[in-house]
Amino acid sequence: MNDKHTHVAPQATKASIDRRQFLSGSAASAVALMTITGTAVIHTTEAWGLEAKGLTPEQMRTLIKMARDIFPHDQLADKFYALACKPYGEKAATDPKLKAIIDSGVLRLDDAAKSAHRVAYAQVGWEAERVALLKKVSDGALFKKLRGDLVVSLYNQKEVWPLFGYEGESASKGGYIARGFNDINWL
Amino acid sequence: MAAKFELTDDSVVVIVGSGAGGGTLGTDLALKGIKVVILEAGKRHETEDFLNDEWASFGQLAWGDTRISSGSWRVARDFPNLPAWIVKAVGGSTVHWAGASLRLQEHEFKTRTTYGAIPGANLLDWPVTLAELEPYYAKAEDRMGTTLTNGIPGLPGNNNYKVFEAGAKKIGYTKVSTGRMSINSQPRKDRGACQQIGFCFQGCKSGAKWSTLVAEIPRGEATGKLEVRPECHVTKIEHDAGGKVTGVVYRDKDGKEQRQKARVVAVAGNSIETPRLLLLSASAKYPNGLANSSGQVGKNYMRHMTASVYGIFDKPVKMWRGTTMAGVVQDEAENNPKRGFVGGYEFETLSLGIPFMAAFLDPGAWGREFTTALDQYQNMAGLWIVGEDMAQEKNRVTLSKVAKDKWGLPVPDVHFDDHPNDVAMRAHAHKQGIAMYEAVGATRTLPTPPYPSTHNLGTCRMSEKPRDGVCNKYGQTHDIKNLFISDGSQFTSGGAENPTLTIVTLAIRQADYIAEQMGKNAI
Repeated sequence: MNDKHTHVAPQATKASIDRRQFLSGSAASAVALMTITGTAVIHTTEAWGLEAKGLTPEQMRTLIKMARDIFPHDQLADKFYALACKPYGEKAATDPKLKAIIDSGVLRLDDAAKSAHRVAYAQVGWEAERVALLKKVSDGALFKKLRGDLVVSLYNQKEVWPLFGYEGESASKGGYIARGFNDINWL
Repeated sequence: MAAKFELTDDSVVVIVGSGAGGGTLGTDLALKGIKVVILEAGKRHETEDFLNDEWASFGQLAWGDTRISSGSWRVARDFPNLPAWIVKAVGGSTVHWAGASLRLQEHEFKTRTTYGAIPGANLLDWPVTLAELEPYYAKAEDRMGTTLTNGIPGLPGNNNYKVFEAGAKKIGYTKVSTGRMSINSQPRKDRGACQQIGFCFQGCKSGAKWSTLVAEIPRGEATGKLEVRPECHVTKIEHDAGGKVTGVVYRDKDGKEQRQKARVVAVAGNSIETPRLLLLSASAKYPNGLANSSGQVGKNYMRHMTASVYGIFDKPVKMWRGTTMAGVVQDEAENNPKRGFVGGYEFETLSLGIPFMAAFLDPGAWGREFTTALDQYQNMAGLWIVGEDMAQEKNRVTLSKVAKDKWGLPVPDVHFDDHPNDVAMRAHAHKQGIAMYEAVGATRTLPTPPYPSTHNLGTCRMSEKPRDGVCNKYGQTHDIKNLFISDGSQFTSGGAENPTLTIVTLAIRQADYIAEQMGKNAI
């Protein structure tokens, strides 16, 4: 179940949706929270917008969706994936090699999505179906670059650490000598 | 007061590198009144500069100069330009090490005799025995403040250790403890006790962990006989017509070429840069590189059989809290060929923060199999496996024919193929590690592949006969009397133990030998 769709239409559960209708009729709702204006991706519920700059907003939205599908963490808001992808928009404006990788990579992915599901990648409703598409392009330059970069650009955002329970820096707090280094109580 | 010597002073001992080998050797020679210049490629960062932030610290400390990985080991695929995770800074990889200080076992000095002729391996007995090294091990443990020696109490176990200990005992292991660690469990020698900060790999911010940066070099500098020059990258060792070395050429912090004269040169640049420097120093007289009449320079590269296991539980562990390497299981360390391999291995606790866990848990992985494991980060316990790998001639450091560094010199190519013995040992260790965690309720276990190497060994090995290796039992090269190898490159075999204690032990012994030889005017 796509969490965006659930959010937009909470009554529509996985079981109650007619599959064909979901894919064709209401496909747009799969990405309804990340809408497109002239040059930006706008997230309506998280209340952020991202200027795509060197890319089209559709391309930026695709990258953000790919990022989530590569490293899906349901406890992470879209903004963390968007922040991880933001530098591509900036760099693509001045880096034709990067722009070419994104142009051809997104095109290839969307072509695969359209031939299998008749919609662009970002509008395919099920994660499993998008992952199947990603597998088909996983030998490509865009996938490899995005996956490799995300290891740092996603997981090295200090704001995501607490969402995994990780506490980060401790020296300024005196370490854990008096703060539970040995507080395990279930063994 | 730190010394300052002239470039033209040919009475100094020049040491290349300031880590476990170079930093200890330089300090000991200075304490004996011998003039020493340590040339360190990296910068000098002090305790207060260290960062509790994995990637930022990696950027600050790691040896990031391009290297090439080749061979069938998985690191070559996952980290093609980062075969080793070691430090470029004053203190070398003692800034990064986790503190485990275990002596090599007697049989590990006699691998050819003990294990026999292993197909594909190039085993050789060390020209030195455990008995000969024992007094020096004792000195090393005392100066490093190793816990569970010299009456020093062990460190308290953290959460990660408690899971590890309980699991180990449940499956019948008995040699389980917080281990011999060169981390102060109580204040000692002007350094305080461990504050259980974590981030041992990122440079200890309390100074409790021994390193040459905090515990040796300042003592050496206080004699007025030791000068440490940071950001000085040695590119060549020079020699005279008779073949004796006369000094080194290096690039200083401004990239300017300098030439430091020397009476003795000791190379301690870790087992990748040390053979690289000898090879880069090839001349008309030594066309295959310095000290390479055996052809063994760069060969027999060892990096320990390594692996990790992470266990996921249904309740929190918070493994990152406290000492990174908080305990050891030694039941599998002996040589017991009935297990299907020769040599042995140790289990040691390990934790990584979220940023490095994402990078190292399963490099290249993506999708929910990977992310659902990270989602359980709080509930994870972790251990590292370190075991003896087989010396093989084809595992070697060579000069790249294609890639050059910023000085235009060929970068090192680090080639490694696992030996079948390494593969069998890793499979056994993964199985046992999984059993430990399952015994205390792990709901999922993750047998994790090797990280880039921190234990780089063997590329200028000791040998009794000059034809079998590069240096003698004092690290003195067979070919050139005033040229020494002073780091883990000397190791004839790797043993199952973390190498730092043995590197320090050999450096203390080498300092005695160099002083004696200089006193006799033999060098």
